[in-house]
Amino acid sequence: MNIASILATKGDKVITIRAEQTIHEALGVLAQHNIGALVVVDAGLRPVGILSERDIVRAAARDEKVFPLLVSQLMTRDLIFGEPGDDLGAVGHTMVERRIRHLPVVAAGKLVGMVSIGDVVKAQRDQYQGEVDTLQTIVMERGH
Amino acid sequence: MRLGTAERPLRVAVVGAGPAGFYVAEHLLSRPDLVAAIDMFDRLPTPFGLVRAGVAPDHQKIKAVTAAFDKVAAHPRFRFFGGVELGKDVSPDDLRGYYHQIVYATGAQTDRRMGVPGEDLPGSHPATEFVAWYNGHPDYRDCQFDLSQERVAVVGVGNVAVDVARILLRTPAELARTDIAEHAREALRHSRVREVHLLGRRGPAQAAFTNPEIKELGELEAADVVVVPEEVELDPLSRAALEKAGDRAGARKVEILQSYARRGQEGKPRRLVLRFLVSPVAVLDNGAGAVGGIRLARNRLIASATGALQAQATAQLEELPVGLVFRSVGYRGLPLSGVPFDDRWGVVLNDKGRVLDPDTKQPLTGEYTAGWIKRGPTGVIGTNKPDAVETVAGMLEDLAAGLTQAPSEPDPAAAERFVRQRRPDLVTYADWRRLDALEVAQGQARGCPRVKFTRVEEMLAALGRRDDAWRPE
Repeated sequence: MNIASILATKGDKVITIRAEQTIHEALGVLAQHNIGALVVVDAGLRPVGILSERDIVRAAARDEKVFPLLVSQLMTRDLIFGEPGDDLGAVGHTMVERRIRHLPVVAAGKLVGMVSIGDVVKAQRDQYQGEVDTLQTIVMERGH
Repeated sequence: MRLGTAERPLRVAVVGAGPAGFYVAEHLLSRPDLVAAIDMFDRLPTPFGLVRAGVAPDHQKIKAVTAAFDKVAAHPRFRFFGGVELGKDVSPDDLRGYYHQIVYATGAQTDRRMGVPGEDLPGSHPATEFVAWYNGHPDYRDCQFDLSQERVAVVGVGNVAVDVARILLRTPAELARTDIAEHAREALRHSRVREVHLLGRRGPAQAAFTNPEIKELGELEAADVVVVPEEVELDPLSRAALEKAGDRAGARKVEILQSYARRGQEGKPRRLVLRFLVSPVAVLDNGAGAVGGIRLARNRLIASATGALQAQATAQLEELPVGLVFRSVGYRGLPLSGVPFDDRWGVVLNDKGRVLDPDTKQPLTGEYTAGWIKRGPTGVIGTNKPDAVETVAGMLEDLAAGLTQAPSEPDPAAAERFVRQRRPDLVTYADWRRLDALEVAQGQARGCPRVKFTRVEEMLAALGRRDDAWRPE
């Protein structure tokens, strides 16, 4: 299984924000969609960073006047991108190891989706559950 | 009165009678707090989707899963409308007039293309067509494959590719014990295929086939397995990935393949050549306008940003003379007329099983999807179970919130009248059970699990229907 099989059942909603927007605006978008991170894009809609609620929390702990700051000032630029063909085994491992909760996915330079560590765990659990179910059914039905 | 009660059952149309559709039906019918009544549609007169038309005929144990589907179908509030095609006989709009909820579970019918020159030369086929043909799918009954060729390439190392290679290499005696379609059994009896090359893009550690499948390849009666020793050596990237993930099954897979490299040939008349780290770059013309070979690029593995290993072509090329090519690089879903489609992933546009409006990206009331047409062609039969649970959870949430369609005719009898008016020759589950009994009886006479009906006309004739009631396109 790969990243594409997760994106297939997520519609195509990637919530993005522009680097030159304010943190106040970013908080509004996070709250509106009830999510934890935004992909930051440039004018050409190319992903240039990621802004998570933690980035904002860290900044607010230092200085309460975070609202007027720009997204580009707080976002994480050191981004790892996934590709649709990436195996979930490797992806899950890397996300856990590097403590990444949200992985933007890019195909041919374009942002095509976002997967969370929860998505990856669920997909793997469903895969194992499916294999066990198949075996159980075969064993049970043969007994009849 | 509340919807989903004995007085007002929730009326659900499930389109597609494969595992995904049956698991959705099972979950809906087994809820103690819900009274659902399900009509399952399929374009074929026979149910079970790829369990009948995809699972290899020499894997009968897996087909035993249909006994679980029989139990679902025995439920008093389940009906099967076989031989009724969405988009031709009935439209999504028609169904909205009779059902509160519709679930599209039509699977992924077409193959993905390799995207290389020569792909459409005579002698180059999608593996899925060959599979459907040997499994007796009526649409593929009259396909022709040139089995007078001695050398065959199968592109891909997934389950389908392995099935195709195995069926090509089995002896008539081995096939006699299976429920392979009669026309395929006969054609394969005269087959001159001696050598099948299975071509994997990545290394042995990344190959999709499972360990039991590889072991089975090593136990073929009349075919030796040949492996190129340097291709099954573990490269440093794969070794690191297996160790990091603690992937014992993956490590075992590589060991089995390496044991084949050591074992050497036993002088069996046929050969299965397992190749890794090669990608087709062209299917070659034999000078007479048909397949004469395949040009391969040697690949090396590179790690992507997430650590996933991907194949990268090198400048090194080789040519493999073959007279027949089967491509098996994945299935792909087909759009359903009147249902939003996501072309990138080849699925119905959905969010966890709720069909989405392509413009607003909001759920379409009362429309759902499950199985391969929902998530793409991944996983085994049982993977459709958690998948169905997810879809049904959305259906029940929406039902509780009062978000269903409001059919003008929720009466089950009205729905049946309507469908029968469109397809007077529709096949019910009782009809299918009669066809099933006839197939099994035929098989008993021959010492195999069943002899399949492979033409819709034959099925209808066996049910005593007037032949002219069926209108072939």
